Amino acid sequence: MIAPPPELQNDLLEIAMGPHHPSTHGVFRMNVVLDGETVVKLTPVFGYLHRNHEKIAEKNSYLASIPYTDRLDYICSMTNNWAYVLSVEKLAGLAVPERAEYIRVIVGELTRLQNHACLAGFLLQDMGALGTPLMYAFREREKILDLFESLSGSRMMCNYLRFSGCRCDLPDGWLEQALEVATGFDSFLDQFEALLTENEILRARSEGVGVLPPGLAVNAGVTGPGLRASGVNYDIRKVDQYGIYNRFKFRVPLGERGDVFDRYMVRILEMRESLKILDQALHDIPAGPVLDPKVRLRNLRPKPGEAYGRIESPKGELGFYLISDGGPAPYRYRVRPPSLVNLTVLEEMCLGHTIADVVIILGSVDIVLGEVDR
Amino acid sequence: MQTPEQIKDRILAAVPGAHLEVIPNASPANQPSLLLDPGRAREIATFLRDDPELRFDYASNVTGVDWPEKVVKEKVTVRKIIGGVEQEAAELVERRIPGFLEAVYHLFSMALGHGPLVLRLRTRNRTDSVALPSLTPIWRSCEFQEREVFDLFGITFIGHPDLRRLLMWENFADHPMRKDYVPAADQEAKP
Repeated sequence: MIAPPPELQNDLLEIAMGPHHPSTHGVFRMNVVLDGETVVKLTPVFGYLHRNHEKIAEKNSYLASIPYTDRLDYICSMTNNWAYVLSVEKLAGLAVPERAEYIRVIVGELTRLQNHACLAGFLLQDMGALGTPLMYAFREREKILDLFESLSGSRMMCNYLRFSGCRCDLPDGWLEQALEVATGFDSFLDQFEALLTENEILRARSEGVGVLPPGLAVNAGVTGPGLRASGVNYDIRKVDQYGIYNRFKFRVPLGERGDVFDRYMVRILEMRESLKILDQALHDIPAGPVLDPKVRLRNLRPKPGEAYGRIESPKGELGFYLISDGGPAPYRYRVRPPSLVNLTVLEEMCLGHTIADVVIILGSVDIVLGEVDR
Repeated sequence: MQTPEQIKDRILAAVPGAHLEVIPNASPANQPSLLLDPGRAREIATFLRDDPELRFDYASNVTGVDWPEKVVKEKVTVRKIIGGVEQEAAELVERRIPGFLEAVYHLFSMALGHGPLVLRLRTRNRTDSVALPSLTPIWRSCEFQEREVFDLFGITFIGHPDLRRLLMWENFADHPMRKDYVPAADQEAKP
C-alpha cells in the first residue's frame, strides 16, 4: 500500500451523523470531526422535531395539555402525564385520592420497566446484536402495552392521568393481569441477563467506554440512570418522595465507573427494584375513588403564582414549570426535558473513542427526540 | 433548607452591596424566588454553589419568561373638592409597568438533598437592553437551556461559550416564545 502524502496524513474528516441515521434514535444530528476513526470534536445539532410544544400549551387550557405531554417522550407517556399533573396539583393546591396515588405508582413503574427494557434492547442492537435482544425486550414491552391499552384505550398515547387523580378506575381483573406480567418480567430479566450480562462481546465493547466522572455529571445536570451509573446517589423518588414513594421499600442501584456497561447494568438493576415496588403496590392498593369529585377539570383557573414540579422519569428529572396569571391557560409553561440536558456532556464522553463507540455511548444516554426538541 | 430570606442574608454577608429581592409566590407551591442583581449574578451564583451550608451544585431548570409592557388600573384615594367641600374620593389611575424579559433558574443541591431555590434575572427592557450574564461557567447544565432561551426569547447571555440558536434554524429572525410573536405567512426553512 502506498502511504498518503504527508500533508494528507493528519487530515481531519467532518461527518454529519444524522439526522437520518438509524442509531441516532430519531432525527438527531451530530457533526463529528474524525481523525482516522477517532473522534476529536462532536457538536450535537437539535431542532429537527421542534414543534414549540410550550407555545401550544400556553394557548390551551390546563386539561387540554395532558394529551400533548404524551408526545414528549413518546415511549413513556404515563410518566409525562404524571410530571405535568403533579405540577398543576402543586400550582393549584389539589389533593389526590389514595387509590389514584397507587395507580400512578403502578403505571409509573410499568413505564420504567418498558423504557429500560427497550433501552437495553436498542443498546445491544447498536452494538451489533441484531434483532434478538431487541425483540425479546419488545415481547415483554408488548405485555405492558396491553395493560396500558386495557386501562386507557391507547397503547402509547395513554392520556390517562388527570390532576387530582386518574381518568377512570382499573378494569376488572387488571390487577391480577398486572401481577402476572410483573412475575413474568422477573424471569425474563433472568433470561436476558444470562444471555447478555456476562457476554464477552458486550463487556469488551462497553467497559471503559464513554466514562462520565461524577463531578462533571452533577455539574452538567445529568440525571436519571446516567447519573447513578457514575456513582451519585440521587433518585428523586427518594429525595422528594413525591406521591407515596415513601411507603415502598426499594434500593437505588449505583454504578462505580460511569461507563456504558454501568449505565446498562444500572438500568437492569433498576428494573428489579421497580418489580419490588410493583409487587408492594399491587398488593396494597386500597379501594376508593380515583378522582377527587370536587375538582374542576374543565375550567381550572389556579390563583396567580408559579410552581415547579418534578418526578424521576425513566430518563431522568422531568420537570414542569408553570406560571398562572389566574386565567384558564398557563401564562408560562415550561418542560425541563431530561434527554436534552443529559446530552450536554455527550462530547466529553465521546472524545478519543471511535465512531463505532459514539453509537453505543449515545445509545446508553437514552434520548427520545420528541422530548429533546419538543 | 433555609428560607429565601435567610439565604438572602447569607449572600449579603458574602457578597456585600449586592442588590437582592425576595419575590413572594402566592400559589400553594410556596416557592418564592430571589431576584438577583445582574451585575453581581456570577459572584452570587458561585457563592451559592460553593457555600458549605447551601451547596447548590445542580442547576436543574433554566427558562425564560416574557413580560410585555402592561397597563394596570389602580384605585387610589385622593382628596378633592366636591361641591365646595374637601372630600376623600376614589379615583382610577392608570399605571404603566414597563416590559422586561426574565431568566429563571431552579437550583437543587444533590449533596445535601434540598431545593428548589429559584433565581430570577431581569433585563432592563425587551428591545435593546436584553443582555444578562450567563451562568454556564458555573453550572454546565445551563449550556443548552440558555441557548434555548436565547433562541426562543431573545435574551443574550454574556459569557456563554457557544451562544447559537438551539431549536430554530440559523437565519430565523424572530423569537417565537415572546407573547407578541406573530408567525410569518411562510415560515418554512429554505434549504
